[in-house]
Amino acid sequence: MTRLFPVIRLLAIGFVALGLSAPANAQSPGPLRIEITEGVIEPMPVAVPDFIAETPAAARFARDIAEVVRNDLVGSGLFRAIPSNAFIGQISSFNSPVQYSDWKTINAQALVTGSVSVASDGKLVVKFRLFDVFSEAPLGQGLQFAATQSSWRRMGHKVADAVYSRITGESGYFDSRVVFVSESGPKNARVKRLSIMDYDGANVQYLTDGSAIVLAPRFSPNGDRVLYTSYATGFPQVYVLDVGRVTQTALGAGENEMTFAPRFGPDGRTVVYSSSTGGNTDIFRRPVGGGTPVRLTNTPAIETAPSFSPDGNRIVFESDRSGTQQLYIMSANGGSAQRISRGEGRYGTPVWSPRGDLIAFTKQNQGRFHIGVMRVDGTEERLLTSSFLDEGPSWSPNGRVIMFTRETAGASGEASLYSVDISGRNLRRVPTPGGGSDPAWSPLLP
Amino acid sequence: MMSRIRLTLAALGVLFLGACAQTGGFNASPLGAGDAAGDPASSGFFQTSVGDRVLFEVDQHTLTPQAQTILAAQAEWMTQNADFTAIVEGHADEQGTREYNLALGARRANAARDYLVSRGVASARLRTVTFGKERPIEVCSDEACYSQNRRAVTVLQGAAGL
Repeated sequence: MTRLFPVIRLLAIGFVALGLSAPANAQSPGPLRIEITEGVIEPMPVAVPDFIAETPAAARFARDIAEVVRNDLVGSGLFRAIPSNAFIGQISSFNSPVQYSDWKTINAQALVTGSVSVASDGKLVVKFRLFDVFSEAPLGQGLQFAATQSSWRRMGHKVADAVYSRITGESGYFDSRVVFVSESGPKNARVKRLSIMDYDGANVQYLTDGSAIVLAPRFSPNGDRVLYTSYATGFPQVYVLDVGRVTQTALGAGENEMTFAPRFGPDGRTVVYSSSTGGNTDIFRRPVGGGTPVRLTNTPAIETAPSFSPDGNRIVFESDRSGTQQLYIMSANGGSAQRISRGEGRYGTPVWSPRGDLIAFTKQNQGRFHIGVMRVDGTEERLLTSSFLDEGPSWSPNGRVIMFTRETAGASGEASLYSVDISGRNLRRVPTPGGGSDPAWSPLLP
Repeated sequence: MMSRIRLTLAALGVLFLGACAQTGGFNASPLGAGDAAGDPASSGFFQTSVGDRVLFEVDQHTLTPQAQTILAAQAEWMTQNADFTAIVEGHADEQGTREYNLALGARRANAARDYLVSRGVASARLRTVTFGKERPIEVCSDEACYSQNRRAVTVLQGAAGL
């Protein structure tokens, strides 16, 4: 219990471009380019030798940070790390010229070199460079950044994000966190705890103690707060949690009102949620800090799972007004709604992508559950997964990867977190200490 | 700061446990002293002899004739035992998304509640709550279990012996 409510800091890690990098190379990236939209079948071979330890105290970090970089790049499905026992050349000094032929021979298309030192104030200083081996040139400037030693994993994620971004032309997603529900105990008495971790499953911290059921958390646009549903009073009600202070506040509900399915608006001040009274569930909007709820839907049908468009002007949600669960889009002020889901089966839990171009959803059809994506107008539906029970997609900050809940069948069934890229490739289980459900991805950390 | 947070959370925990004790948990009400199922005025009798739950068809919240019979008996019992109030819990099976199932459970709880009111139970004595698919009573993944999990359970509280 002593580590139950840690103070979580999302500190900015400052970047400094290395002044000592090679002269700016104006040539185009040439072959060193991955177009993510195509769906990558053959990952790009990349060499990431252990970083150089420039002070003795940095030795462990030099090895471990490089390992984080490798795991991030390989985990994206876009890269393949060449094992170090295949290396011909060695990086013995961060500033020595790169012997490109050594890396060409083993077919490394990209080379990442780095160094780590522990400064006199105890901070870690990480430098790195990225090389396009076949063009025999650096790709972008070298970077240097400093942070506390406990942030060493984040520094690895920062390096990997820079590599990903330079090679794909898109922002990365590795330096990010996931809020989710840790699950333990038998299926008919599940203990659920609000939890937060790095996107790759490291640094899990528990935010609630398991005495009340908690469901479906969502980050604020800058990651400083989390909305979720808790049964702390015995009835489902929306709460907001300050991630830094670990303080929880009930949003407030009327008598005989149950509230759930909360999501932030892009302004970080507005929340949309479902309210259930007299058996009927509709969508409402209100300021996070308190204020009068505004009704956005008014039908006898179930309306829930709202999600704002990135510009805040529209809301996608699910409704069974047609007789089955389907997806609709309405103005952020409510009013008439257009149905966008048109395929067979039932559609729920729509989530607008951070790029604004796609809606991720859960689909149920013929006894199977799928995670899928469709364009905002409902066209080009693609199913990415299929299982006994997949649900609750959440977008990576760059809109290229989706994390979701997969639950197995039967008395011993357990929920786990999985990720898949939007081409349907690279399905992976995200490690959690026990069961896990309802992941929600943070924005990229500062 | 930290100690204040812990205190707040501890208080919430107590509140929840309190609610849990009142509703008797989700599976079965504990039978206290003087609450033997043989006593027709006991919650144990209500649970086992009157029947504390009604079942629903897949994705439905309309009451079957069998459910109406049970609810009519519940209403009659509650009319005779006016000290009790009740929370009507609505539940769903696992075949559905989490938040939809919360809304579906709310529909089921309300359908049962409305029927009890139509049979003379004062609405002030009834409250509803949905648990969606969070508290299945049977844990297999086929219809034999699902049919038991799609339920509305009338959980008595507030009388002597509880």
